[in-house]
Amino acid sequence: MSDLETTIRYVLLAAAACFVLGLRLMNSPATARRGNTLSAAAMAVAILATGVLLAENGAITATGWIVLLSAVLVGSAAGLYAARSVQMTAMPQLVSLFNAVGGGAAALLAIGHVLQHEHAAALPARITIPGAIDILIGAVTFSGSLVAAGKLQGIVPGRPIVFPGARALNVLLALAFTGSAVWLIADPASGPALWLLTLAGLAFGVTMVLPIGGADMPVVISLLNAFTGTAVGMSGFVIGEPALIIAGALVGASGTILTKLMADAMNRSIPAIIIGGFGTGDDAAGGAGGGDTHVHTVTSDDVAIQLAYAQKVIIVPGYGLAAAQAQHELGDLAALLSERGVEVSYAIHPVAGRMPGHMNVLLAEANVPYPQLKEMEEVNPEFAQADVALVIGANDVTNPAARRPGNAISGMPILDVDQAKSIVVIKRSMGHGYAGIDNELYTDPKTGMLFTDAKQGVADLKAAVREFVA
Amino acid sequence: MTLDLLTAVTIFVLSVLVGFEVISKVPATLHTPLMSGANSIHGIVLIGAMLVTASADTTFEYVLAFIAVAFGAMNVVGGYAVTDRMLEMFKKGPAA
Repeated sequence: MSDLETTIRYVLLAAAACFVLGLRLMNSPATARRGNTLSAAAMAVAILATGVLLAENGAITATGWIVLLSAVLVGSAAGLYAARSVQMTAMPQLVSLFNAVGGGAAALLAIGHVLQHEHAAALPARITIPGAIDILIGAVTFSGSLVAAGKLQGIVPGRPIVFPGARALNVLLALAFTGSAVWLIADPASGPALWLLTLAGLAFGVTMVLPIGGADMPVVISLLNAFTGTAVGMSGFVIGEPALIIAGALVGASGTILTKLMADAMNRSIPAIIIGGFGTGDDAAGGAGGGDTHVHTVTSDDVAIQLAYAQKVIIVPGYGLAAAQAQHELGDLAALLSERGVEVSYAIHPVAGRMPGHMNVLLAEANVPYPQLKEMEEVNPEFAQADVALVIGANDVTNPAARRPGNAISGMPILDVDQAKSIVVIKRSMGHGYAGIDNELYTDPKTGMLFTDAKQGVADLKAAVREFVA
Repeated sequence: MTLDLLTAVTIFVLSVLVGFEVISKVPATLHTPLMSGANSIHGIVLIGAMLVTASADTTFEYVLAFIAVAFGAMNVVGGYAVTDRMLEMFKKGPAA
């Protein structure tokens, strides 16, 4: 090993250490941004150092340089453009897309390595075993993350998709990838084994994510993120690169813990999510209480007066708010009410929006004062004192049915909106949320329904408050 | 470079243990940024893709290498940029 190569090894090791420190710093809001910057800087140094290594040992041809530089340029430009231009509401699916390409890269790396080997048949098991695992997991995360992103974006229906024979197909695919993996390990020079493994992995990623409902996508994306980490760790074994092993194993393990934390916050278990979708359709209506299904509708003028003369208003924002881009209008309305001396706060469910923490980001973007944002445990006891709970585009997280056993959302932590003295729900229709069940809150006698688009509804309320109060 | 299998496995096992320990009790607000941050870190696969490009010599291998490098670069650059955008939002929060 030349002196330069040794130096670069140390640089890569230092980068790996910075990834750990960066993740550590990201555990706390105060240091999170610094942690991400540290991690990014370490990554940049590691990539440059690898470039220097390639230039120095002269192993790479002119064609290689052209391919390398143009690919880096194309990939970086696409990533940067997507990251900069994406709407805040679409962030979770973008993370899933970035995860997909990471998994794809890990699989391609192993495929490329095997293909390039002139005496592939002689590849030892210590390369072919991690290689086969890498290709399999990489392919599963690639297609699985794309389907997850498609579900959140609405390209693929968010509801759980189940079709007859799905189980048989999964068993068949599992046999196909296990068989081809063993075949590839036994005969690394076999082209059919390599491609069968890749295809079976890709197909399995699709059939794994399709039956899972949109509400569980955050957990699925986090799990696939951990998968990609593991695939990258395996690719480190394939090419003998410790930095990949460290970073991959780090993400695989920390991603698993994070997935567990997310699932706990939603009171879901990871195996339950993977094995069965959230409310598979037929028994979904079982959660409805029956009886009184009368819905009381209200106009924006009524609601404006109610809000303007209230002592305490709790706003419950949900994904509908984000989808309608109504967060700025809502911030204005809340400011208007605060000026009148109304005590306004926001009740943030842990999974409001599309992902944990998503709603905080959206409201912060609309300059909502941070102290007004309250987490579920903090705000739930306050609902009883609230004159009005204004629910905007939130559904399942407010459904009192969750307190009863025997339905799709049983046991899910909810906001105690039904405890408020009166409730106003802004919603486009009586449509179901992700869980696919009726929301009993809407038929509560205390509840008034304002059927409109969130942005239009909030704008109307703002205008009406101005008109009646000024 | 050739890495002794035992050394490689040792590195892997210790890194897994570090990964388990590095995430403590995180507020739900940070779950998404943290996931996105971890997502960027596995973009290190770009380094592997670069090394594979260096040893490619047929057109097909170059095509595979191109896709792998472009994917890796997208993972790294996009991942860190989007994480930073998420975290930027928290910065002005407490000050307001």
